[in-house]
Amino acid sequence: MRPLLDNFFNPQILAQYGPSIIGGFGTTVAVALLTIFSGVAIGLILAVVRAMRIGPADVLITTFVDVFRTLPQLVVIVFIYFGLPYAGIQLSPFAATVVSLGAVLAAFATEIFWAAIQAVPQGQWDAARSLGLGFFRILFLVILPQAIRISVPLLTNRAIAITKGTALGTAVALPELLGRAESAMAIAANPSPLTLAAALYLVFFVPLVVASRWLEALGPARR
Amino acid sequence: MDALQLFLDNFADWQSFVRIWPLLWQGLQLTVLLAAVTLPLAVLAGLAIAILYSFHNRSLNILLLVWIDLFRSFPVLVLLILIFYGLPFLGLKLPSFAACVLALALNNSGYYGEIFRAGIEAVPPGQREAARALGLQPLPLIFLVILPQAIARVLAPLASNSLELVKTTSIAALVALPELLRSARVAQEQTYNPTPLTAAAVIFFVLLWPFARWVARLERDMLTRQR
Repeated sequence: MRPLLDNFFNPQILAQYGPSIIGGFGTTVAVALLTIFSGVAIGLILAVVRAMRIGPADVLITTFVDVFRTLPQLVVIVFIYFGLPYAGIQLSPFAATVVSLGAVLAAFATEIFWAAIQAVPQGQWDAARSLGLGFFRILFLVILPQAIRISVPLLTNRAIAITKGTALGTAVALPELLGRAESAMAIAANPSPLTLAAALYLVFFVPLVVASRWLEALGPARR
Repeated sequence: MDALQLFLDNFADWQSFVRIWPLLWQGLQLTVLLAAVTLPLAVLAGLAIAILYSFHNRSLNILLLVWIDLFRSFPVLVLLILIFYGLPFLGLKLPSFAACVLALALNNSGYYGEIFRAGIEAVPPGQREAARALGLQPLPLIFLVILPQAIARVLAPLASNSLELVKTTSIAALVALPELLRSARVAQEQTYNPTPLTAAAVIFFVLLWPFARWVARLERDMLTRQR
């Protein structure tokens, strides 16, 4: 028991490195929120553009979606941070992580919103058109409200899964929770900082995971 | 035109690619091996969790739900770092391959557990009662009657999660396991250009894209069917 406590719950080390790690938690939350907002917003916009069925835009959007939903998140982050500087684009670790995770979530969100738009029965379009509504009013007032409701469970799960990728920022020296904990562990030669980081990740993600379970039980995914 | 040439020289330089290909090939083999070892382990663990859950023992189910939500909440990289750098302080030093298998399998046991559990719970109770009335024992009942129906219901998330698992093997790069991504980073130190990274990304894309399309279609069908 003693080595377990000394190594993983060492109060002196926790007191010493706690503030730095909690600072890293702030970065983690910032990356997570920016990823979710940008990913979902871009996904919704791209799905709406797809619904307009403009040939060249369709091809571009499909390519974007396929690339970013197929590549591993870490590959995207590493490519953007270590590869793009050769093209003259040097992003900070923070920007590289947000852009990468945001692009991945945007790809999945586009796919989910677009599938949900298509899942709304054709009769809804027909009925709205017979009432004299134009394309955009039908899309925004009739179809999207239903489509968004359909997409909530899938989108929530996906957003949580991708947001957990904030820890991948350590690969590009982003000083978020895991990165701070790892360097503290290396300096202190003691893994207590890692315990604290793990606990903070759980504080952030357990409520989200539990909430998504609850959403799924409410939502239409349950038949 | 010069700009395009410069871009190609950097990101898609054929000579660099030929030089570093053996390294990437070895990395790719390790990626495939890691996925091939981890995937069945994680599926079996998830299946075991879901089957245990289906007996509806109240206190056991609370434990199972805690297990599922705990590992679904943990970023898998944090779990890997805990296992690889933390456990040695307790005298348990795992090689990087084993640490990756353990982290990925634990993490995905939560995901697969939840998927199978939801599938089993969605099978109407009448199926279970009818099978029991026919005299089926608990295990044949689960494997012959419940599971086939459950799996058909959750095929989309199963496929999606399996694709995510294969993609996630790339985090092994961060504990110095020379899989595809790590090999590309090492190769980059020889070529001084990002061609190895482009190559790794293209390899990942070419291998995984058909599955990504398939998963997208399954998810779309699922959304359409539940309307």
